[in-house]
Amino acid sequence: MEFERHDAPFITPMVSVPSLMLQVLAALVPAAIAHVWFFGPGFIFNLIVAALFAAAGETLMLKLRNRNPVAGLQDFSALVTAALLAFALPSLTPWWVTATGALFAVIVAKHLYGGLGFNIFNPAMAGYVVILVAFPMHLNLWVAPQMGDLDYPAMTVMQTLAFTLTGALPDGLTYDAVSRATPLDVMKSGLNNARTVVEIRAVPIMGDFGGRGWEWIGNFLAIGGFWLLIKKIIRWQIPAGIGLGLLLPATIMYTIDPGSHASPGFHLFAGATILCAFFIATDPVSAATSPRGRFIYGVGIGLIIYSIRLWGSYADGVAFAVLIMNMAVPAIDYLTRPHIVGHDAYGAQDE
Amino acid sequence: MSAPTYDLGKLHGGLRLTANKQVSTEQPIIDVPVPEHLVLPLVQHVGDPVHPLIQIGDRVLKGQLIAEVEGTLGAPVHASSSGKVVAIEPWPIARRYGDNAPCIVIETDGKDEPVKRADIPPSYRAMTPEDLLTLILRGGIVGLGGAVFPTAQKLMQARTCKIDHLILNGVECEPYISCDDRLMRERAAEVISGARILLHALQIDSCFIAVESDKPEAIHALARLLTSLQDDRLVLKQVPTIYPSGGEDQLVQLVANREVPSGGLPSDVGCLVQNVGTAAAIHDWLIHNQPLISRVTTVTGDGINHPVNVRARIGTPVADVIEYIGGYSDMAEQLIIGGPMTGKSVTTDRVPVVKATNSILVLSKTPAINPEMPCIRCGDCAAVCPVQLLPQQLFWYACADNEVKLRQFGLTDCIECGCCDLVCPSHIPLTADFRIAKGRIRELADEKARAVRARERFEARNDRLKREQDERETQLAQQKESARKAGPAAIAAILRRKQQQSEDD
Repeated sequence: MEFERHDAPFITPMVSVPSLMLQVLAALVPAAIAHVWFFGPGFIFNLIVAALFAAAGETLMLKLRNRNPVAGLQDFSALVTAALLAFALPSLTPWWVTATGALFAVIVAKHLYGGLGFNIFNPAMAGYVVILVAFPMHLNLWVAPQMGDLDYPAMTVMQTLAFTLTGALPDGLTYDAVSRATPLDVMKSGLNNARTVVEIRAVPIMGDFGGRGWEWIGNFLAIGGFWLLIKKIIRWQIPAGIGLGLLLPATIMYTIDPGSHASPGFHLFAGATILCAFFIATDPVSAATSPRGRFIYGVGIGLIIYSIRLWGSYADGVAFAVLIMNMAVPAIDYLTRPHIVGHDAYGAQDE
Repeated sequence: MSAPTYDLGKLHGGLRLTANKQVSTEQPIIDVPVPEHLVLPLVQHVGDPVHPLIQIGDRVLKGQLIAEVEGTLGAPVHASSSGKVVAIEPWPIARRYGDNAPCIVIETDGKDEPVKRADIPPSYRAMTPEDLLTLILRGGIVGLGGAVFPTAQKLMQARTCKIDHLILNGVECEPYISCDDRLMRERAAEVISGARILLHALQIDSCFIAVESDKPEAIHALARLLTSLQDDRLVLKQVPTIYPSGGEDQLVQLVANREVPSGGLPSDVGCLVQNVGTAAAIHDWLIHNQPLISRVTTVTGDGINHPVNVRARIGTPVADVIEYIGGYSDMAEQLIIGGPMTGKSVTTDRVPVVKATNSILVLSKTPAINPEMPCIRCGDCAAVCPVQLLPQQLFWYACADNEVKLRQFGLTDCIECGCCDLVCPSHIPLTADFRIAKGRIRELADEKARAVRARERFEARNDRLKREQDERETQLAQQKESARKAGPAAIAAILRRKQQQSEDD
């Protein structure tokens, strides 16, 4: 009898890239629902715009690079980029802002560096930083969370859609009426104006730790993140490193001077800390790859986030922190090579 | 019976794989009858090919020496049954490089007539270790775990080092394979007897018998025997069921808690590893005077109707084995000699069972998988690598053909266990890529060595030419000097003589 010839091993691999990406997306679903619940339907429109333009950018670049666009889209990595970008955007964002971010993320940050697996920078964060610098005003339009007792005019679905498409508010509403500073902005400007943390925390949008609504999204992101940890889709080193890098200095400063430094709990639940720890910094392509290296990478991100929040002119520093540590990845990977069994210390067997 | 798990070292990574051993271990080992033709390859392992001692047309007897080692590394081959040598010709065999190898083909006569041995060897206890090793060499004994390194030479090498522990490998960590499991259940006494012979040959008194925790019956059989023997040199150790804990270096790490140095051997850290099947074969040869002419092999997979362990004569074509035990199922698509992680896929079942054949695996086609995708650097490969390599970095450097980095990142330490392939979400055939890269590194090293030799030759030639030139110049200078000293009359005489010479020519 005759047979076909193959290479060992003859057991089918256990996982695939598309299934990994889909599980990451699934882990984001509870937080997405919470986002819509608290901040209105804008998130969905942002997600749709980001996904469409990310897919368009992916298709265009794959065609230009003579690759099969269908196979490229089926890895769902562009969709993950779009989803992360949508989480970073205020719910009121005009479509061209989102589109610019999505296109920059996929075309420049990802494909001009060689496509999936070769990009040095986290595409979603690169796209976000570009629009943060290009359209700073638009990224301030955070609506207040709809919590019942917070008395702000809520926009209807059609009004939100109209804003996404035209960038214009409905008649009779002003930016001042619908948008509110984020908790991090409130904290930063309050401290800059020599108010104490206790006074700032009396502002109605502040919750138990971070901002109201934000905290709940944070909880759901954490649930998704722990699920990814249990499924071993992400590993613990990066989230733990970010936690340590951010919370250790925050705790020290808060202990020394609680009047003018926000609590560690605030830093954990405010802004994009949890999203970053479980979903953004854990992008394997742009992160460090050895276990020790990942921890160091996480600690670096945490420290930079804290530094920007404390001394920087931006309220949050997640995107910059991730991009800066992306640059450090080759050095981290080189310096944290594991000990190869049978080799002398440091794994290197130089001749 | 207590489960003896203690004092174990730690192995990095590895995988818990679906064992698929249940079905083949249910029945006892069955004997495959003498086939019509026996095919005995002259190349069965590392080292030099053996040199046939018989002619086409000769009658051979069971156990007769028919091919002898030619170089320094190898093991002799014996006829597995009686019959007539009908050919010495290329035949398909299972190996990674090249499909065919010269084989002695014997047409059996069905009498299975054994060769008469004049010399009944004395009890091994009365022999010196050197004589014992020579005798083991003559039995054609090689490692039966799959690597088939000639046992006598391995022992001889180990005798030059300080050895503390003999480790009997009954781990059998690869899925599907269960021949050692069945052997330990059915022939525990022979395995232990072989271990004691090996201890005598090595002149040491510590032997660990390592068995994986998913073989409770084998552990039970060995433990019961050890209890009755009261030989405190032999210690049973249960190791966790994690692939590839049965790799030679991995087992040393696990059982003796010592790291085999890169490029070194277990003997460098005072250990010698032998498969349990090898120990039983040594017993058969030294106690029953039967050379290595048969082995236990697992025939299994979803392409086989009745998976089972068989004892087949070396040289039995795989087709005969499978036919005897009930044939292929409808799903048979792939024939693999060895296990599903490290085995070799072959195109025909004409290949014979050889000393290395621990498993004949017939699988249905692996389900269609997604095509290879780019590496996303998830690092799962590094998490499972038992040698703690960074396969994702190695893959990168292999693509770039960066020899220096490949060496630095330990490509040559890769044991090709295949764990990284299995966890790679991008379905990159890492192990196959690493095999190719290793081949290229070897080629480059050869090329470099050739270049060095060529340069040395070139420099030697230049030196010689220069030396000759110098010698000529010195000679000329001496002639001139002596002529000058002799004065004008002598110069005139020399010139005359030269003229005379040229006229004569």
